[in-house]
Amino acid sequence: MTSQITTAEDLQEQKKKKSFLLRTARSPREALLQRVALGFLEFTSNKLALIGALIVIGLIIVAIFAPTIAPFDPNEQNLSIALQAPSSAHWFGTDEYGRDIFSRIVFGSRITLYIVTLVTVTVGPIGLAIGAFSGYYGGIVDVIVMRITDLFLSFPSLILTLAFVAVLGPGLEQAVLAIALTGWPQIARLARVEALTIRKTDYVAASQLQGASDSRIIFRDIIPMCLPSVVIRVTLNMASIILTAAGLGFLGLGAQPPAPEWGAMTSTGRQYMLDSWWVVTYPGLAIMVVSLAFNLFGDGLRDVLDPRSN
Amino acid sequence: MIELSHLDLSFGEGSSAQQVLSDVTFNVLDGEVFGLVGESGSGKSTVLRCIAGLYDHWTGTITVDGHPVDKNLGKEHYRKVQMVFQDPYGSLHPKRSINSALIAPLQIHKIGDEDKRINEVLDQVGLPRSSRFRYPHQLSGGQRQRVAIARALILEPQLMLLDEPTSALDVSVQAEILNLLVQIRKERHLSYVMVSHDLAVITHLCDRLAVMRQGCIEEVLSKEALLTGKMKVDYTKTLYEASRSYDRAMANQLETA
Amino acid sequence: MSLIPEVTDHSPLIEVENLWVRYKMRHLTMNAVRGVSFHLGREKLAIVGESGSGKSTVGRALLQLLSDNADVTADVMRFGDFDLRTASEKQMQKIRGAHISMILQDPKYSLNPVITVGEQIAEAYRVHTRASRKEAKARTIEMIKAVQIRNPERVYDLYPHQVSGGMGQRIMIAMMLIAEPDIIIADEPTSALDVTVRLQILAILDDLVQDRGIGLMFISHDLNLVRSFCDRVIIMYGGQIVETIAAKDLDKVQHPYSQGLLNSLPSLEHQREFLPVLDRDPAWMQQMEVRK
Repeated sequence: MTSQITTAEDLQEQKKKKSFLLRTARSPREALLQRVALGFLEFTSNKLALIGALIVIGLIIVAIFAPTIAPFDPNEQNLSIALQAPSSAHWFGTDEYGRDIFSRIVFGSRITLYIVTLVTVTVGPIGLAIGAFSGYYGGIVDVIVMRITDLFLSFPSLILTLAFVAVLGPGLEQAVLAIALTGWPQIARLARVEALTIRKTDYVAASQLQGASDSRIIFRDIIPMCLPSVVIRVTLNMASIILTAAGLGFLGLGAQPPAPEWGAMTSTGRQYMLDSWWVVTYPGLAIMVVSLAFNLFGDGLRDVLDPRSN
Repeated sequence: MIELSHLDLSFGEGSSAQQVLSDVTFNVLDGEVFGLVGESGSGKSTVLRCIAGLYDHWTGTITVDGHPVDKNLGKEHYRKVQMVFQDPYGSLHPKRSINSALIAPLQIHKIGDEDKRINEVLDQVGLPRSSRFRYPHQLSGGQRQRVAIARALILEPQLMLLDEPTSALDVSVQAEILNLLVQIRKERHLSYVMVSHDLAVITHLCDRLAVMRQGCIEEVLSKEALLTGKMKVDYTKTLYEASRSYDRAMANQLETA
Repeated sequence: MSLIPEVTDHSPLIEVENLWVRYKMRHLTMNAVRGVSFHLGREKLAIVGESGSGKSTVGRALLQLLSDNADVTADVMRFGDFDLRTASEKQMQKIRGAHISMILQDPKYSLNPVITVGEQIAEAYRVHTRASRKEAKARTIEMIKAVQIRNPERVYDLYPHQVSGGMGQRIMIAMMLIAEPDIIIADEPTSALDVTVRLQILAILDDLVQDRGIGLMFISHDLNLVRSFCDRVIIMYGGQIVETIAAKDLDKVQHPYSQGLLNSLPSLEHQREFLPVLDRDPAWMQQMEVRK
């Protein structure tokens, strides 16, 4: 980046911007706040990303306040009103047991969020750490780790997940574990590739020259530089986690009935699809909208985090 | 201060092995400024990194201040020897503030008085104390290089290794940084080993210099010898003449590709 | 296609008057070049400055190679009779390479890595002439020989990563000269090269320029180099020209920036303990009157 000599007119224009963001930080906390604020401003200028983020926030709110938002108990059966079309009483209609679909979707958001969060929180840090260590050390460590990831990555992910579920048995926790086990190698590879480049930089050499221990270098120098691509990958993965979980639910291998998991709802709704389209459509829409939202959010995050002039 | 003896280094194995350094031998006296000059591929930066302890697959001996440089370098080595890198844009961690970069060595060596030391070292390199919490991308090339020098100085080393410290800087900024290096050396009684491809810069700072070519030392001579034309090796003479100015006749004498 | 009517040795090939280049960015406008005027004849003209001085921008503005958000205006920007300000992209494509060529700093980044160097040079030739592949190859081999590369046939089939820096730059020169341009704009052509290689490349440029009567615009940050290589020197600062002087008179520069710049260079001949540091007077940044 060449230095830009600005004239007096240019400087005046610059001063018109918010002063907080421009003034020199006086403490580490202020510096961090400035960076977060600037990142936030840049993120929100991307309309699609903003929409994605709002939907995700909406999902979280719905999940937290589910009991308040849902007009009915999701598991309350009432066969006399089974398979009713959407109406003012039941916004999304009722399913084959007379349960309010809207309430089920609202409570289903908790399950979705649970799966996404748990998987991300396990896969992200673990994949990152393994990849960073592997890339930094190189040699035999790297070879071993890479062959293990090769093994995992040689299977199509859904098949692998199904294989794990077959071993672990059906159920929500088992589904989470299976998805996590399938997902970490991808993150590890990503982190490793970044680590391979970063370990050759002068600033890592400078740290080594100060006598920093390997773990200090990995955690303080390397991992922060791997973070953007890992965060982006992990966010984009959230969409596929939702779809995988829905797929498992569809096959009856994820959350077990009567849990209002969106995939399971779509699956059981198939039988009634022709006459009662709403039983399949609304859970399907929910899956689609939330996956799309995570994708858009991830795209926006990448634009902000990916250092354009590295 | 430094003694290098029969230093050999090669990368790669078997048929793809590349000899990067061959039988490099020279001394640097305490308090001296020693230059390593050569063109690309001469191995001059590699020598510096061997002295620093960044490479360990060389053969031969290197001693710094009486202690051998080998695979098990204790932390004391890093308090004695520090390095300033060429690229001011690459030698500072892009995501860490100046303060973070300066505090890290203090934390590693468990040296207290962090605030005081950081402010002192910022003063010495001519940076305002307010720049402490800025990030590298907010600084100019010259300022970043000052930070790199500050970072090297904060551990109070006796020996500074300078790898083309001004090559990536503008001409006017180069003068400031060179002056800073001269001043610091006087104040702290340091020894320098400086690598450069620019003969004018080397003669400005160094007392003695070694001319390297393709991994070997062609000649070790004093600054005066170079400037008065008393070099013993033709290559040194060629380098000197080529560095002075463009001369059509001179170009004819050089080998073509 | 010659756009220049019979030009005598002394009339300028390029004339520029009051050139402004403004970059429009989100919140502000940056003036990279402010009111620059100069002319280039059949000579070696140096444009010297530090980063941010606008020297590279001037070269690229002539060939319309700047990004879309760059606004280029000038009272005069002429190549012979041809008005460079209003040229269409199609016209510029005919000019680039055939009439005005550009050599860049690092051949690593300006050569296509997946095509052999010979092919690239031949392609440059075929774009501007209607030569057949055979003719183009023959011309290319001749050109490679002209830049003093031994074994031109062997080098023809090499890929860019197989050639060294010095040879890569010679390839660039061959590529840029094969269509016989009238003007070469060289943007830091030797900055990435070793000192001995640099001399050889400059000698090649020197010869080619003399033999073919080409006008050379040599953009550089290296004052020492241009004082011995070029005929005239233009010094830029903050987007403006602060001084224009004959290379042999460089010691007698008047403007304080030029003097400061020259003085702050470490010199083999003139040893000093501390280098005089350039004291930037803000007055130098003020907009100067455009001299006609």
